[in-house]
Amino acid sequence: MILMRVALGIGLLFIVSLVIFWATELLPGDLATELLGQSATPETLAALREQLGLNDPAPVRYWNWLTGALTGDFGVSLSNGRPISELIGARLGNTVFLALYAAALSVPISLILGILAALWRNSIFDRAANAGALTAISFPEFFVAYILVLWLAQTGLFPSIVRINPTTTLGDRLYMSFLPALTLTLVVTAHMMRMTRAAIINLMASPYIEMARLKGLSPLRIVLRHALPNALAPIINVIALNLAYLITGVVVVEVVFVYPGLGQLMVDAVSNRDIAVVQAVALIFAGAYVTLNLIADVLSTITNPRLMHRR
Amino acid sequence: MGRDVLLKIEGLRIEGRSGDTWTEIVKGIDLTLHKGEVLGLIGESGAGKSTVGLAAMGFARDGCRITGGSILFDGIDLRKASEAKKRDLRGARIAYVAQSAAASFNPAHKLIDQYCEAPVVHGVMSRDKAEHDAIDLYRRMQLPDPDGIGFRYPHQVSGGQLQRAMTAMAMSCRPDLIIFDEPTTALDVTTQIEVLAAIRDIVRQFDTAAIYITHDLAVVAQAADRIKVLLRGEEVEEAPTRQMLDAPREAYTKSLWAVRSFARPEQPPAAGTPVVSVKGVTAAYGTVNVLEDVSFDIHAGRTVAVVGESGSGKSTTARVITGLLPPKSGAVLFEGKPLPPALKGRTREQLRQVQMIYQMADTALNPKLKLRELIGRPAQMYLGLQGKALDDRVRDLLNLIELEPAKYIDRLPGELSGGQKQRIGIARALAAEPQLIICDEVTSALDQIVQEGILKLLNRLQGEFGLAYMFITHDLATVRAIADEVVVMQRGRVIEQGPKAEMFAPPHEPYTDLLLSSVPEMDPDWLTRLLESRAAAS
Repeated sequence: MILMRVALGIGLLFIVSLVIFWATELLPGDLATELLGQSATPETLAALREQLGLNDPAPVRYWNWLTGALTGDFGVSLSNGRPISELIGARLGNTVFLALYAAALSVPISLILGILAALWRNSIFDRAANAGALTAISFPEFFVAYILVLWLAQTGLFPSIVRINPTTTLGDRLYMSFLPALTLTLVVTAHMMRMTRAAIINLMASPYIEMARLKGLSPLRIVLRHALPNALAPIINVIALNLAYLITGVVVVEVVFVYPGLGQLMVDAVSNRDIAVVQAVALIFAGAYVTLNLIADVLSTITNPRLMHRR
Repeated sequence: MGRDVLLKIEGLRIEGRSGDTWTEIVKGIDLTLHKGEVLGLIGESGAGKSTVGLAAMGFARDGCRITGGSILFDGIDLRKASEAKKRDLRGARIAYVAQSAAASFNPAHKLIDQYCEAPVVHGVMSRDKAEHDAIDLYRRMQLPDPDGIGFRYPHQVSGGQLQRAMTAMAMSCRPDLIIFDEPTTALDVTTQIEVLAAIRDIVRQFDTAAIYITHDLAVVAQAADRIKVLLRGEEVEEAPTRQMLDAPREAYTKSLWAVRSFARPEQPPAAGTPVVSVKGVTAAYGTVNVLEDVSFDIHAGRTVAVVGESGSGKSTTARVITGLLPPKSGAVLFEGKPLPPALKGRTREQLRQVQMIYQMADTALNPKLKLRELIGRPAQMYLGLQGKALDDRVRDLLNLIELEPAKYIDRLPGELSGGQKQRIGIARALAAEPQLIICDEVTSALDQIVQEGILKLLNRLQGEFGLAYMFITHDLATVRAIADEVVVMQRGRVIEQGPKAEMFAPPHEPYTDLLLSSVPEMDPDWLTRLLESRAAAS
């Protein structure tokens, strides 16, 4: 069954790659006209088309692009002629770093808040946590980002611009990236926390929870050991969705904090009409989405004894 | 009883909330239980049995609150005790066995992990010792593969085995008191005996006191030293088991005893073309055959009872007759002519002729529709009734099921009692003016007195309209009361069939015999005798 999911995920990625390729095919003009711009003459155009292999039929070009992408070769950037893989490499690392940083903050926070809110439901704590999370999610990211800059960067606590170079130490990186990570945390925490709370509360009326109470177990143990394991599937799926968002949805936050990640690259590429880079980044985003959801599906299966241990 | 008092409840009052109003559901109950004693608590649903049982643990469900009286367990006042103090008692000194073990075991953990939890948390024994202990108790509860069964998840174990595993779990801390809340109600008669015998033995072995809650008198008679009868939150009477069975004092108690007195007069043998004939039906879910060569006839004005354990193919047969499950081979004849196998192929007229009444009236009635629409819809759809004619018809039908039309016609199902809902199910089936009504366990979710009312109603309607009934049930007392013919099913096959009188007289097929002998009797020695005779026979 898990193999089936993996095969479906690969199939899905394949379809996404087709869509990305096909969408860029629909754009007027071709790479050669884009590259040469004003200076194009019929001769130079023809020569460049020959050189880039643009005269090949679309299926052949798709095949070359796809096999290249699979080996990490996305071709060259149209705006500066550097290999795309080189452009993406460091930036992908930065984006993943930021996503993991935000996940490391937000997943534990939202799980703990969600569990405590379920444990003390309808208490002041529950209401405050819900109100806080909803407030955070209700503001657009750039707004949250600027508020944080106003409060935490203007006072000099944290830098508002992230300058990362290969010599930056991990400590410095964490310090410099704190504000973007915090912004992302505020944006995704509400969703995960509320799902955790709802999934647990949904189970609290089950006969096996009553049984646990009648065994004299403490409320915390009941929530952690008897409700949480049965609530994992929805929680895992929401976490995966939010992690995927952390990788693919960071565009705005990266721009605000001038963070050198994939989002920045994508924005620059779109404004430069650098189609090859846009294609590559889109494919990576799609890959991240599919992979994270795949992991979530597999984890939900593994944590459900009814699926793991047949009769 | 010269032994020490373990539990003393006095003047217990409990309120339940419905909407914003609190109503009293337990109205001043007194209860005394000595060490090692088993008290049977019986009554209809809504009598407050479970609520009293849980109160003995100082526990009230969400939406309930204890408002008066005292609960003294071994000198500890549970109403005044702190939550922490009550947690120390629960599971350790007072344990609970729930009605549905399948729902009360946590699906995420292995049985033995759930067994070991209470002893370890309460500091009674180490995890290692608890595991050994669990295996020992599984063996005493006569569970198959006692060494391995604990390492399975609840969904991998059958209902009867789970119920025994739950009793073992309740025993894990060797409590002084166990509350058994309808522990065998959800089981087949044959499984019920095993669980009942296991519970009785283990309680005696460890000299544990117990409160045994049930609505089945014959069951409680096997296990209890004393019986207390409750009605709508009040005590009717209490007496030692034998005295209660031999000489009940109160009229209500006598009525409980007399419920099964209803019996349909014997009918002359049926002749002519049967309304419905099932001919050599074999049916499958996927590739697994669930019915093998099933054949029987149902005549007009007659009741055919189809009996067997769960999983024997009773309801699947009904699905084949109604067209929900087209058979792999064989056919269903209606008045001698074959019915199209699938629902889609049948005409509206053919659909009208076969109607169903379901076990759970709660889920079979759309909660958003008024009775007028629930009953009126089939009359409108099949018979084309409109306006005044439809309204009159609905009122006639309500009169037929003995519900006053003016009072009930605009009510929603949620405003009715369980028995009334089942009556609506009957009226809805009647509205189509069918020739055959399939009754799928229609009384098994109801209390005995209500059951009797429904059976009498069905019997009267059959006489008035010449209806044919196919009555699916696992309750042989019901069969005795209303059947003309009996079909016994086991593992998808018909193993015996014939007129009721023949079926209830020996000799039987071994399986029929097992079913018949497993029906509890109103005799405190019945279980002991039965187990002895079975042991002698094997």
